[in-house]
Amino acid sequence: MIHTLALAAADNSGWIGFHLGDLIRNILPLTVDGLTYGAIYALVALGYTLVYGVLNLINFAHSEVFISGAYAAVFTLVAFGFGPSAPTMNIVAVIGALLVAMVAAALTSGVIALGVERLAYKPLRARNAPRLVFLITAIGMSFVIQYAIFWWRGAVAEPRVTMFNDKALFTVGRLTVYPSQLIIVIAAVLMMVGIDALIRRTRIGRGIRAVAQDPDTATLMGVNRERIIMVTFVLGGCLAGVAAFFYIMKVPSGAVYNGGFILGIKAFTAAVLGGIGNVRGALLGGLLLGVIGNYGSYLLGSSQWIDIVCFVILVAVLMVRPDGILGSNLAKVRA
Amino acid sequence: MTTPMQDAAASQAIADEQADGTRTGRLAGISKRWNSLARWQQWLILGVLVVLLYALPVINPPIITTEPGFNFPLALCDMARFALVALGLNVVVGQAGLLDLGYVGFFAIGSYVAALWTSTDSSMVHIPYLATLPLAMMVTAFFGVILGIPTLRLRGDYLAIVTLGFGEIIRLLADIVPALNGNSGFQNIGAPPGKDANGLDLFTNFNGKPWYWLFLTVIILLMLLLGNLERSRVGRAWIAIREDEDAAEVMGVPTFKFKLWAFCIGAAIGGLSGALFAGQVGFVNNQKFDVATSMLFIAAVVMGGSGNKFGAVLGGAIVAYVPYRFASLAAEKYLVFGVVLVVLMIFRPQGLFGSRNHLLAYGRKVQRVAARLRRDRSGDDTAKGVTS
Repeated sequence: MIHTLALAAADNSGWIGFHLGDLIRNILPLTVDGLTYGAIYALVALGYTLVYGVLNLINFAHSEVFISGAYAAVFTLVAFGFGPSAPTMNIVAVIGALLVAMVAAALTSGVIALGVERLAYKPLRARNAPRLVFLITAIGMSFVIQYAIFWWRGAVAEPRVTMFNDKALFTVGRLTVYPSQLIIVIAAVLMMVGIDALIRRTRIGRGIRAVAQDPDTATLMGVNRERIIMVTFVLGGCLAGVAAFFYIMKVPSGAVYNGGFILGIKAFTAAVLGGIGNVRGALLGGLLLGVIGNYGSYLLGSSQWIDIVCFVILVAVLMVRPDGILGSNLAKVRA
Repeated sequence: MTTPMQDAAASQAIADEQADGTRTGRLAGISKRWNSLARWQQWLILGVLVVLLYALPVINPPIITTEPGFNFPLALCDMARFALVALGLNVVVGQAGLLDLGYVGFFAIGSYVAALWTSTDSSMVHIPYLATLPLAMMVTAFFGVILGIPTLRLRGDYLAIVTLGFGEIIRLLADIVPALNGNSGFQNIGAPPGKDANGLDLFTNFNGKPWYWLFLTVIILLMLLLGNLERSRVGRAWIAIREDEDAAEVMGVPTFKFKLWAFCIGAAIGGLSGALFAGQVGFVNNQKFDVATSMLFIAAVVMGGSGNKFGAVLGGAIVAYVPYRFASLAAEKYLVFGVVLVVLMIFRPQGLFGSRNHLLAYGRKVQRVAARLRRDRSGDDTAKGVTS
């Protein structure tokens, strides 16, 4: 909705605009919409952050882990009889089906993330390969997943699935809030709080922190490093799957073979913005990036500017404050 | 008494032996034999090889030809184009060790320079096609500096992701900026002048031969230039940076400056290949410069052997060749190269033809001394005193 507004504005004034007045008038709906996207970025960003914290490695294939979750969500929903328009089942059945789809997406992404770890990273760890090599296998892996999907489903996006009738919840002035926006933001924040608690309070979380701080000493202290790494990948993958489910809720025709790439970059930017390796930073960075990206694209006149704005933010953050806003990393988290 | 030269030679001999010990298979044998040849013999073999390469589209050799499925000279032309790109990217990734995932951005800029100044669809001033080649190199080198100055302070993964972003920005701008015509693109891009015997244009986009020869000539010239660069102070600085940036900095190598040079030179070659590509296909739009292409470039360099310009060129040619020769693979080429990339990194991270760190200064002379020392050592043990 907001993107069509922006595109309409672009038609009036060439390819680059400066719609400050419009931006200020629409600041509330843009903020809410931005927060919704930001919540999705944040969930994906957690995957980058967790893996980075434990392995000091950017998992380039994480965007493909994400998009495979989106496919799983779409397929599950289609199997339940969801289609282009909202289903006519009773509300309990709808909620049940949505929960099943979410779990399916999370499980698929978790399994794919684990597969990436086993196939592409573990053999390299065993060989003590230099970091550039990890990066290249990650790229290879992301290629393999992306084009396996392409091979299977072709270049077109899956037909849209509408989860429910997204009728306006309430309207205040120019701001209209939709149920999907509320669900996504609240669910994402709850999950982030849950993950934060998991890292800080549980045994597994202690293991993750220990490995992040010093893998060798952690191993000597009886932490099973390989198991922690697996858990980290699965955890990040599951969160990406949940994010993919919400992404389909927000963008019903979002399942396309290369759809993960741009979102992955944005999620990574969010992770860097908040401080990579920092769980709370991922949430903050995600929400901030969602909002800034939305403002920027509206200000400049086209939705495509979102991506450019995000890249520029990424470079700027890396230049000025490479540790991100919150800075500290997983290793320094106190219980 | 040992001279520094002998010391260096001895340590090189030991390093060579160790390196040879880890190399297995036929490729190692070839490279070992190659290194033991005299300089003139190497030149002779290379000369024969070059003549063969030039003759390829005329001979149309039966097994490696892509016909009848695909016009062989055009396939060769594409292979040469990929090889040229890989050669340029090898400077950045292979020599200086900077993982640049946005190389397609430079390629795109080069293409658009050629398109904007020669295409009939462009309202800009029209200039002769050949003049766009140096122009494209200058423009892309400039963009290399623009991208390099803020980002080259970053390392490894961060640099990779920022350059990836750069590549995407260029593609998105080609979409958004109206002057770049987005999806409809530019047609009738210029070509080098020249008529054949019938008075028809020599360089057309359906005749691969002249283009292939042009690409090949450019590649050979650049290889000679880059070879000199590798052996120069700049090349040594690059290798120092690639192996250990901090150590290089501490030893007084101005790392930022040399990284910027690598970026700049790599970008210029990318721009040149982009401009040549635009002239050859005659049509440019925003669809041709996606991330997947950028990854194919990386795959070419890494597969051939990053840091070894012959390897990179061969890698580029292979990456372009496979989809033409094995048409059934064409649709899944990205899938195939993804798998190849993973498998290769796990089992042979140095690529098919890995680079070996020779002592670049006085390399030949040192090797001769090393060979003599090795002979001495196997003959009697008097050389022991020299090596220790």
